[in-house]
Amino acid sequence: MSTLELVGVSRWYGDVVAVNDVTMTVGPGVTGLLGPNGAGKSTLISMMGGFLPPSSGTVTLDGAPVWRATEAYRSIGLVPETEAMYDMVTGWEFVLANAKLHGLTHPADAARAAIAQVDMADAQDRDISGYSKGMKQRIKMATALVHDPTVLLLDEPFNGMDPRQRLHLMELLQSLAAQGRTVLFSSHILEEVEQIAGTIEVVVAGRHAASGDFRRIRKLMTERPHQYTIRSSDDRALAAAIIADGSADSVDVSSGALAVQASDFGRFVRALPRLARDRGVRLLEVTPADESLESVFAYLVAR
Amino acid sequence: MNVTVMQLTARNLLGRRRAMLLVILPVLLFVLAGLTRWASDGSAASSSQLANGFAMGTLLPLMCLLVSTGVIGAEIDDGSIVYMLAKPLRRRVILFSKLVVALAAVLVFAVVPTMVAVAIAGDEGGRLTLAYGASAALAGIAYTAIFVTLGIATRNAVVFGLLYALLWETVLGGYVPGIRAVSVRQWALSVGERMLGTDAGPWAVTSEVGLTTGLIMLTLVTAGAVSLGIRKLQTLTLTSAE
Repeated sequence: MSTLELVGVSRWYGDVVAVNDVTMTVGPGVTGLLGPNGAGKSTLISMMGGFLPPSSGTVTLDGAPVWRATEAYRSIGLVPETEAMYDMVTGWEFVLANAKLHGLTHPADAARAAIAQVDMADAQDRDISGYSKGMKQRIKMATALVHDPTVLLLDEPFNGMDPRQRLHLMELLQSLAAQGRTVLFSSHILEEVEQIAGTIEVVVAGRHAASGDFRRIRKLMTERPHQYTIRSSDDRALAAAIIADGSADSVDVSSGALAVQASDFGRFVRALPRLARDRGVRLLEVTPADESLESVFAYLVAR
Repeated sequence: MNVTVMQLTARNLLGRRRAMLLVILPVLLFVLAGLTRWASDGSAASSSQLANGFAMGTLLPLMCLLVSTGVIGAEIDDGSIVYMLAKPLRRRVILFSKLVVALAAVLVFAVVPTMVAVAIAGDEGGRLTLAYGASAALAGIAYTAIFVTLGIATRNAVVFGLLYALLWETVLGGYVPGIRAVSVRQWALSVGERMLGTDAGPWAVTSEVGLTTGLIMLTLVTAGAVSLGIRKLQTLTLTSAE
């Protein structure tokens, strides 16, 4: 059992702040690091993996700093986002080399077990350069698992995987967590994270925006004010009806279309068609104005 | 020293397409050596001119640069070095293992070809061959140490390496006398000059510096580059572009 602890961690490059005062504890189980692209997820994982010193704050694994501590790699398994490996060797040779680099006493046994765990035994004797993206991802997993680490860090592991491979990896991560390991992976897709992560850490623009289980995060994301752009046969009549009904917080008619903000999302979507029908107004277009993940995240940060 | 690091490094160095250059450049040298012999009837002085100018001045630094970026620079560029660094291995061990592979490659693809070229172009009793062999080996060690460290310290190692090898050692050295004394090639040639004794002058194996200065400078620069390289590798930061 291992625990990664980040206390007041910031990282800046010149005058660009990539990670801003993040404090979090990552313990056994699956933790999803969720955030839009460019939020600082990779920077955080680099710091957790000992490949980047924090500009301020501390990153420790079971109390010991990970930066400039090569011994920490006895407990850490790292699956980098980068696809490049030592391509001119076979999968078997590469995983075996990783086992030897760890100084394991029975490298061949460890390599065989790791390859079996990711279900790559059939393709292990082919050159890595000929592997598909999903196969490469699995061999990367095998190199990270070969020394039986207590902490597994994965940077965007689901990128480029087909649904079947995705499912396989999700099951693997869950079984690793069930063995008491600390598994952290990053993703920018909420659905991916909430399926397997017991704990979700949301990072937006370098800040730690939210933390909790998926129900809590889901609630935060759906119970925010929603915005709609509506075009209809009579915008002003519809605006009056919406305001009178009280199902929206504000209605703006100045931009040529109706801009509505509703904090009770469910109530508003049910009320809108009814109000339009009662007033004899035709709805031409109803568009959610801010359903992108970025705007959801932006709301969480501003909250 | 770690055998696995050395194996992976060697596969990576020789497996990439640009490994072809490691063969092409020496072949070019052999062709020039053959032409030199044909044109000057195997005179040691002409042979020395080829070895000093093309082999030591251009081929050797270029080969060292190619090999050095091949043993570490390329892995840092594409990020695959993470598989070696994320291990409970001293970074010093990783660097030394890679240096050994690099030096072996420089020996095979640059130092030995230089000697063969001298033997082809013209020699008297093998003395010129040995003198250039020793000088090329010493220069090769220093160049490799410098360029490997450069490859860790900057992603633009090839550019800096080329500027140094071609501008500093070759062009600037030709115009500014002071610079010629600050040159790996000149330091290494001081050894060849001493080995040839009275023949050094007529055969134009001359150095801007004496033997002692040459050896001290080579040692200092090599040791300095290696220790800087270790420190740079210990604090190498890796993060995927966001």
